[in-house]
Amino acid sequence: MFMLRLAKLRHALLRVTSAVSLFFVSTLAFAEYGFNLQPPVTPIAREILNLHNAIMIVCAVIFVIVFGAMFYAVFAHRKSRGHKASDFDESTKVEIVWTVVPFLILVGMAIPSTATLLKMDDVTESDLTIKITGYQWKWHYEYMDKGVSFFSVLATPRDEIGRPMFSSTGFKAGDAKNANYLLQVDKPLVLPVDQKIRFLVTTNDVLHAWWVPQIGIKKDGIPGFINQMWARIEQPGTYRGQCAELCGKDHGFMPIVLDAVSEQDFNAWLEQEKAMMAAAAAGADREWAKAELLEKGKETYDKVCASCHQPNGQGIAGVFPAIAGSKVATGPLDEHLHLVMAGKPGTAMQAFGPQLDDVALAAVITYQRNAFGNNTGDLVQPSRIKALRK
Amino acid sequence: MATAATAHHDEHPYGIMRWLCTTNHKDIGTLYLWFAFIMFFVGGAMAMVIRAELFQPGLQVVDPHFFNQMTTLHALVMIFGAVMPAFVGLANWQIPMMIGAPDMALPRLNNWSFWLLPFAATLLLGGLFAPGGGPAAGWTIYPPLSVQGGMGTDFTILAIHTLGISSVLGALNIIATILNMRAPGLTLMKMPLFVWTWLITAYLLLAVMPVLAGVVTMLLTDRHFGTHFFDPAGGGDPVLFQHVFWFFGHPEVYILILPAFGVISQILPTFSRKPLFGYDSMVYATGSIAFLSFVVWAHHMFTVGLPTAGELFFMYMTMLIAVPTGVKVFNWVSTMWRGSMTFETPMLFAIGFVFLFTIGGLSGLMLAIVPADFQYHDTYFVVAHFHYVLFSGSIMAIMGAVYYWLPKWTGNMYNEAQGKWHFWLTAIFFNITFFPQHFLGLAGMPRRIPDYALQFTEFNVWSSIGAFGLGLTQLLFLYIVVRTIRGGKKATDRVWEGAHGLEWTLPSPPPYHTFATPPKVD
Ligand code: HEC
Ligand SMILES: [Cu+2]
Ligand SMILES: [Cu+2]
Repeated sequence: MFMLRLAKLRHALLRVTSAVSLFFVSTLAFAEYGFNLQPPVTPIAREILNLHNAIMIVCAVIFVIVFGAMFYAVFAHRKSRGHKASDFDESTKVEIVWTVVPFLILVGMAIPSTATLLKMDDVTESDLTIKITGYQWKWHYEYMDKGVSFFSVLATPRDEIGRPMFSSTGFKAGDAKNANYLLQVDKPLVLPVDQKIRFLVTTNDVLHAWWVPQIGIKKDGIPGFINQMWARIEQPGTYRGQCAELCGKDHGFMPIVLDAVSEQDFNAWLEQEKAMMAAAAAGADREWAKAELLEKGKETYDKVCASCHQPNGQGIAGVFPAIAGSKVATGPLDEHLHLVMAGKPGTAMQAFGPQLDDVALAAVITYQRNAFGNNTGDLVQPSRIKALRK
Repeated sequence: MATAATAHHDEHPYGIMRWLCTTNHKDIGTLYLWFAFIMFFVGGAMAMVIRAELFQPGLQVVDPHFFNQMTTLHALVMIFGAVMPAFVGLANWQIPMMIGAPDMALPRLNNWSFWLLPFAATLLLGGLFAPGGGPAAGWTIYPPLSVQGGMGTDFTILAIHTLGISSVLGALNIIATILNMRAPGLTLMKMPLFVWTWLITAYLLLAVMPVLAGVVTMLLTDRHFGTHFFDPAGGGDPVLFQHVFWFFGHPEVYILILPAFGVISQILPTFSRKPLFGYDSMVYATGSIAFLSFVVWAHHMFTVGLPTAGELFFMYMTMLIAVPTGVKVFNWVSTMWRGSMTFETPMLFAIGFVFLFTIGGLSGLMLAIVPADFQYHDTYFVVAHFHYVLFSGSIMAIMGAVYYWLPKWTGNMYNEAQGKWHFWLTAIFFNITFFPQHFLGLAGMPRRIPDYALQFTEFNVWSSIGAFGLGLTQLLFLYIVVRTIRGGKKATDRVWEGAHGLEWTLPSPPPYHTFATPPKVD
């Protein structure tokens, strides 16, 4: 009887504790929802984490001592407890102490920080160089001397993001979001592990910042200038980051995904990429049918142009012009070609000539001239773009 | 505040002309404070839009372009519309009374300094209705993004010019007043600390507002007149803007906090019934902070690719600022130590300030560590940091100052219980809003984004709930202030048992003109 009750009690207790812990796991889940920096995967990121932890502890200790004293005073030296005020108002001795001691603590912090910084800034003797170029709102990666380069764009479906209440298109709640919501791209940056990789970062338009927390790198991309940094990734895996410098409307929507793989896999991947690029170049020489062009054009438009000109071609009043009924997209073809290839300096309309291949350019222009009610009937063949480039 | 002066038999016009033409420091102080209060609610409403959008992942409320306008304008409105004018308002009311002067040294200029502000605010907010909307490149208006912006950016630039003129004139006036109009016997080293911190702040304003005006003018000519200061295609450099901007921007941070230090240094001794600890070192610490603030600007730019030596220099200088700031905190705690403390609302705000501002100060020290800053920079860790120094720093000090001096200004006591409610709700909601943002930043959430990855959801929910509470609580503040102006228990001249200083020798409320004959200080 007694045993039975005890068992019941234990059962109830277990239920309560598991409910409580479930609550904590789900709301405060340490594992999933970090309180601290993400786990490092490079030696530098690890040094940064240690530095951060050490400084945070020093700060916390100072804080506890100072405010321990203050709250002691708040409780003990109050008028309601009859405490009489003393009238001391200086003490050269303690004032010297609390100037000198903090200074020494700061020196103690500055030494390891300096050491780490010197290591971070040493980009010599790298095994592989990647040139990163920020665009509104995507990243371009070029594997220097390897003949491989590509764009990397957000892959989260627009339907998951939803449409806000106060927008021209009207409210639409976002669909259920996948686990990597906003942190997924169409084509990740693939890198080998255990090699010193040097990154060169710049941009084509405004400022961006390339940041992957787990490898301990954040650097601004600045048009016209090149910044350098390096990483040696120790573990294979997928690491995610984001643009960290405000770069306009879709600043929150230009993630970075990095796949670290073994050297073997990396070389195999490089070969595969080269083959794909060759195949794409060959496509420029043949004649394309209208339906084919429109299909490829819509795909390119949605991926590259829609963030500004909007999926329905209506643009955003006062900021990005509409393509539907646009004078350019329904006017002389040459001007349209020129605008898209050369862009318009000083505005967000970039030069897409260097960004897109012949097929994509021909297709997207064909699409703009025939979609959204722009029924010009014009067709642009990739060969025409190829000729224009010369 | 308005009704206070009319109770006396002084000659001055009534109605709207009184406020338009006034050269009286008390009237102008009142105008500044009301202007700041209105802007505080405007900027607060923008913060509510931001937090509503960030309440859940996905886009629900506003589109990203409008979101960027909100973050940009929230900061500009709070910094230039709320905090700076509030401190100038406090200076206008208090400095003449604290130094025994009849008014400010340049009363007509004083009128103009204020009346520039409504025009500036109209320009700033008017941008929202321009084609393409308001400024959306962040309050730092970094090119090239700010060159892309629509007409709203031009409005902002002109608003900054106007605000800058207002600040410079205000600063000149404050310097002229403090240096020339002190009562006989009130030597510099006997001035109340609020006066000292404002003197130093005024010099900072004179030094850096023209720099800001210069750099935004360069931006304007880049936008419209074909110059290429910041355009690499024409031989310019976008980073140059950042250097010049932060040469203004970092001293600006201290413009926003030094008067708060002054306020706290007045309140703590009063309610501890004990003189301020280390008056001299407080003055020197303020001076050192102001001086150092000119040589730390690039700590906002550690990720732009500075040379290693530059990064080290700016790291060391920034860390050094912790020393005089630490001295201040230690002095405040020592002021309270073995006092005879009571905890009226101003004291609560002052203690809240010391406690919470120090959290912001310590996270600032962490941000100075360059390698670690590479992880913190442009994340919510920074957002948390500057709200700890600006909200629980500057704004809570302003609130404390209002409770401290409102009985003097109006002759009426505010309702103590309501004041305490206001403090506790503000402090609690403030921490619910901003403490989790430290974790968000460390976990990798960039700032200035309208939507975020799922692992950031929980803390954003906390933060939004806290923000809504924090916003609502301020309506209570408005209610308390209005009620106190309308009436209430009469305040004595001294108001607080432990208060010392010339302003407390005047009647509550003080007559329209005070200290026509200077008091003697020994
Ligand atoms: C980053 C934002 C952005 C993206 C992405 C973008 N555009 Fe534009 N586009 C603009 C802006 C801004 C203008 C207006 C330029 C001006 O001031 O004349 C513009 C203008 C145009 C126009 C002329 C419209 C008119 O009637 O004046 C065409 C055509 C056009 N873009 C095509 C494209 C194509 C094709 C793509 C994708 C390959 C694209 N744009 C991607 C921002 C963008
Ligand atoms: Cu960005
Ligand atoms: Cu700073």
